[in-house]
Amino acid sequence: MTPPNQAAATPDRVFRRTASIDPQKGVGAVARITAMCFRYPWRAGLAFAATVPAVLMQLAIPFILGRAIDQTLAADRDNPDVRALVLIALTLLAVSVLRGLFTLVQNYSAESVGHALAQDLRNAIYDKVQRLPFSFHDRTHSGDLITVGMLDLEGVRMYFSTALVRTLLLTLLIGIGAWLLLSTDVVMGLLALSFVPFAAWRSTVMRLTLRRTWLILQEKLGVLSQVMEENLAGIRVVRAFAAQDHEMAKFDASSKDALDYSHQRIDVRVRNTSAMTLAFFAAMGLVLLYGGRQVAAGEITVGTLATFLTFMTILQMPVRQLGLMVNAYARASTCGTRLFQLLDMPVEIDDAPDAKNLEVTEGTLRLENVGFGYQGASGQRAVSGISFEAKRGETIGILGAPGAGKTTLMHLIPRFYDPTEGAITIDGQDLRNVTLGSVREAVAIVQQDSFLFTTTIENNIAYAAPFTEERRIRGVADSAQLHDYVLGLPQQYGTVVGERGVSLSGGQRQRLSIARTLMTEPAVLIFDDSTAAIDAGTESRIRTALRGYATDRVTVIVAHRLASLKHADRILFMEDGQIVERGTHEELLALGGRYKALHDLQMHPEADVLEKEAPQ
Amino acid sequence: MSPSRRGEPRDPHDDGRPRMRAVVGSNRIEEDIFGRVFDGKVVSRIWKFVEPYRRRVWIAVAAVLVFTLSQLTIPLLIRYAIDHGMAPGAPGGLLAGIVALFGVAIAINYAASLVQERVTGQMAENVLFDIRRKMFGHLQHVSLSFMDKTEVGRLMSRLQGDVNSMQEFLETSVQSVGDIALLVGIVGVMLWLDWQLAGLVLMVLPVLFGVRVLWLAKARAAFMAAHEANSVTNNALAEAIHGVRAVQAMNRARLNAELYGELANRTYQAQLRASRLAQIMIPIVDSLTGIAMAVVVVAGGMMVASGRIEVGVMVAFLFYVQRFFDPIRSLTMQYSVMQRAMASGHRLTEVLDVEVDVTDAPDAVPLGPVDDGSVEFRNVTFGYDPAIPVLKDVSFAVASGERVALVGPTGSGKSSSISLIHRFYDVQEGAVLVGGRDVRGVTQESLGRHIAMVLQEPYLFTGTVMENIRYSSYWASDEDVIAAARAVGAHDFIAAMPGAYDAMLDERGSNLSLGQRQLLSFARALAADAKILVLDEATANIDSYTEMQIQRALQRLLEGRTGLVIAHRLATIRNADRIVVLQQGVKIEEGTHDALMAQRGLYSKLYDLNYASFDDIPDELTDADRATAT
Ligand SMILES: Nc1ncnc2c1ncn2[C@@H]1O[C@H](COP(=O)(O)OP(=O)(O)OP(=O)(O)O)[C@@H](O)[C@H]1O
Ligand SMILES: Nc1ncnc2c1ncn2[C@@H]1O[C@H](COP(=O)(O)OP(=O)(O)OP(=O)(O)O)[C@@H](O)[C@H]1O
Ligand SMILES: [Mg+2]
Ligand SMILES: [Mg+2]
Repeated sequence: MTPPNQAAATPDRVFRRTASIDPQKGVGAVARITAMCFRYPWRAGLAFAATVPAVLMQLAIPFILGRAIDQTLAADRDNPDVRALVLIALTLLAVSVLRGLFTLVQNYSAESVGHALAQDLRNAIYDKVQRLPFSFHDRTHSGDLITVGMLDLEGVRMYFSTALVRTLLLTLLIGIGAWLLLSTDVVMGLLALSFVPFAAWRSTVMRLTLRRTWLILQEKLGVLSQVMEENLAGIRVVRAFAAQDHEMAKFDASSKDALDYSHQRIDVRVRNTSAMTLAFFAAMGLVLLYGGRQVAAGEITVGTLATFLTFMTILQMPVRQLGLMVNAYARASTCGTRLFQLLDMPVEIDDAPDAKNLEVTEGTLRLENVGFGYQGASGQRAVSGISFEAKRGETIGILGAPGAGKTTLMHLIPRFYDPTEGAITIDGQDLRNVTLGSVREAVAIVQQDSFLFTTTIENNIAYAAPFTEERRIRGVADSAQLHDYVLGLPQQYGTVVGERGVSLSGGQRQRLSIARTLMTEPAVLIFDDSTAAIDAGTESRIRTALRGYATDRVTVIVAHRLASLKHADRILFMEDGQIVERGTHEELLALGGRYKALHDLQMHPEADVLEKEAPQ
Repeated sequence: MSPSRRGEPRDPHDDGRPRMRAVVGSNRIEEDIFGRVFDGKVVSRIWKFVEPYRRRVWIAVAAVLVFTLSQLTIPLLIRYAIDHGMAPGAPGGLLAGIVALFGVAIAINYAASLVQERVTGQMAENVLFDIRRKMFGHLQHVSLSFMDKTEVGRLMSRLQGDVNSMQEFLETSVQSVGDIALLVGIVGVMLWLDWQLAGLVLMVLPVLFGVRVLWLAKARAAFMAAHEANSVTNNALAEAIHGVRAVQAMNRARLNAELYGELANRTYQAQLRASRLAQIMIPIVDSLTGIAMAVVVVAGGMMVASGRIEVGVMVAFLFYVQRFFDPIRSLTMQYSVMQRAMASGHRLTEVLDVEVDVTDAPDAVPLGPVDDGSVEFRNVTFGYDPAIPVLKDVSFAVASGERVALVGPTGSGKSSSISLIHRFYDVQEGAVLVGGRDVRGVTQESLGRHIAMVLQEPYLFTGTVMENIRYSSYWASDEDVIAAARAVGAHDFIAAMPGAYDAMLDERGSNLSLGQRQLLSFARALAADAKILVLDEATANIDSYTEMQIQRALQRLLEGRTGLVIAHRLATIRNADRIVVLQQGVKIEEGTHDALMAQRGLYSKLYDLNYASFDDIPDELTDADRATAT
């Protein structure tokens, strides 16, 4: 195993909005999204196919109008040719209807490609997020991941309709339109098109500027929302310190920053769009002046002039949309890069290629010289040189100061992290060589900092086995000493526990997370400091209820209260990531080391212990 | 990938109900995203936020009217150019003159659009930030019972989504003043140019309006369904992100992916339907435009031929026909923007109206340095739900400088009691006194300064260690912070972190061990330097040795301060002056350790249990005590 990778300098900023994006990668991302769109060849093909007639119909309209005007002017005053007019009108109507229908087909197929793509990506993102190991989630802010799953997904979804299809649409529209105008009258055509380069350029530059500023604004707003979110999540701390003013100041600072920036953005946008409209009208004025002279001179007809003017109106939209199109590409490239970065993130903890399921026979857990260091902890080991063995029915007790590495060690057993040194085996099978699912089935843990879901007590308990019978839920709740409490609630097992369990007391939260772990039938059961908020009486009842349960498996208990550990078959005392003392309660007392000191401290709580040891 | 090919989650008990428990995301019911089109109360509330920018609103409206006027003039000028400027016998300068006028019109158009868009955009943005600030500020004061019931994600969507849709509304509503003016203007000009032709063309208008109104009813339901499906799906994703450690520990990843697949598919279907409905309008509008143009061609053509109107009028008509569908389109769009905004506005005002039931009394006085650090409970009865009291008629007193411990089985109401000292909630009966004054009679701000708390659940903010310990106690110098960290024995591990006191903590301090987080939150309370220190299981996740060191350091630090300590590990409270024992919300014992041990009540039982091993506990004792844990 290679030591943890320290190369990724600031891994936690990978998903930040303004993370410098490698342009090469951006191209790659766009190519990849394009390829993904063609997973739906029929719909994509239809979208392109419908674009061509839609454009042709749209371009036909000015010509028909021009013909109509000329026809009218040419008409005989006393005996107007009504049939010819009606014919033109009907053509106009038919062309309009067809244009609408083709546009409908084009838009709908294009959007459906986007939605289908979004569905695939959503599933892929969800799956990835769930499978990425703890180490990834440790260094990634949840808000950033949520943005990838929502905003970046949108950016990629819109790509097909706003970038790809629009490219074809605009190329055809502007290309054919320009060609038609120029072939009708070169000078007037040039005049009419004179606004195009300016508008195209402005619009592109503006969109790209806006895109960049949008990313910066996003980041600023991200900071603001982090401030708000953490404030709301930690509202009790805020209240406890009467820190409202402090929090408002934090809010104002990031809010003002975002507001100022957003004003600048509006400025950029407004100046550019207005300038483009001005250019368009200016070109129209030129056409009017020049064309008017031509008409007066009898060189061209009024109908031709009207065709030109209508054309310009029709061209105005697509030329402005060039910017949108460029923007859609830019957006897809930044969003796509981030999204694929997530999707391509290697799942460091995953099934080995030919992994089989873990087969539990004896049920023996063994740790051999296990060591582990967190990424970014500059090579420091959180635990090292840990070896111990536990057979079915045995209980291992672990204790140590905060930061001694107990939780870290416990997290290695269900493979939340892989040890960087040594190996962990169950019945001789290295956990890294068997399927992850079977390891998680064989090892259950009550986490120290457990997360309760915002749902009912029942759903929380049955989280690991949602299809279980009602009876079992009650059974485990009873073992965890929760049943009586639940029965006292108005909605009993249907009571919603509030976000992360806020409406429960500390001990109730812990008992709920014990109960939900008891739903499983693991070979190794870990309690990571999971009775700290439970009084000794309740804890002892939990232990009594679990007596039978514990004979079938290895139990590992991390605790600070010695009573919780006293009867363990082996007690391990951890310090700075290493086991410094081990043995049974009696052996450790006889040893007269740290354990003994701790024991004396807890068992003889007379005030004089303090007095004696207090340095003066 | 296609979820339809994937099997349904296997359900071994085919009795129809067990699927209920297999869900991802909280199945909260999304509120209506569309409200009534006009809700006077909401509008007047929102207007309050706009009012400070009144002047800008008028400027924007004036600009938009000028803009519309110039828009209307342009086709007219073209008409004059065609009919008069280009006429065979027209004076030479006439065309140039008209084009010059055209130039003036477009310059005005440019200036007006510049002013209008900038003023509107910035005004809307300002209002948005003001509303958000007001809401955020309000949430800082609303009662905790509201916050307990409300998910953070939900509040965040108020602060962001709803505020944004208000902004959209403000921006577009100035625009729609322009749209209405444009529509009226176009109709007016057309009627003025030729009322008969105009009448013919305008016949399509009612049809268009009718179709759109019918369509809107259907489309709205579809849009709402798509929005709802999308937000349910996103909510499930957020849950997976926040709870990923629990998901992996309980091996739910595969099942969750299947469940999520169903949600994603539902979203997909709903969005397809919404897009179908959105797009269906295109051919309809196009057909109606076609009809209107056809009418102009036939009827107008005849009129031109018969000399009733000039050809320029017909050209102008063709221009106007193509233009007037735009404002109608955006007006009907505005209709749903407005409905959405009303719904959002309603939810915003809901947040703004959340009752602040814990407020400073009008005659509240600040607690100052002269006030002592005594705490007293006088016949306090309290319940989160008043019907279910959590504390029942509890009375006890803590003198200034005294150290009192609160002890009791889990769920007995210890944390709730200290929430009352800080007035997180108001009592239903009785009174809580701090410094000899009823907490309802002092300002909350000063109460906060008077009491420092270590909460049972350590919560840290993203930021440096220094920022976290100092938190809002701006008066604490760096040295004070370091002294506080030393006192709780956190200095050593902080110093070992890269950057020491400038080391960044991740979200909720997740790059620290739980005990270390607890130490920091302890240090934070010490740094606040308050008269009363409340410790709710402040050392539950800390070993006894470290705890003893903390207690030693505290002896000096707490000289003259009041201490209120909650602990399950009774060794923690050994040097308390007095012990108050709670059971199911009732104070059942009070006294010194020795007195309580002599009494042989609950405390002595708990105490014995703490030091015995669990395996030695006789069963009858366990049964007798069963009821104590709630
Ligand atoms: N925010 C809340 N909303 C509703 N009920 C609550 C809330 N907080 C606590 N409760 C309920 O009030 C009762 C007392 O809870 P409290 O947190 O005061 O207990 P505690 O003595 O601190 O217990 P522990 O030792 O487990 O922390 C419990 O039954 C709990 O479920
Ligand atoms: N996600 C993480 N990233 C980086 N460092 C970490 C992370 N989690 C823990 N650490 C560090 O690793 C060390 C061991 O932490 P661990 O959580 O294993 O301690 P512990 O023994 O469980 O302590 P406690 O009794 O407080 O729970 C600590 O110094 C801690 O700061
Ligand atoms: Mg730990
Ligand atoms: Mg509590």
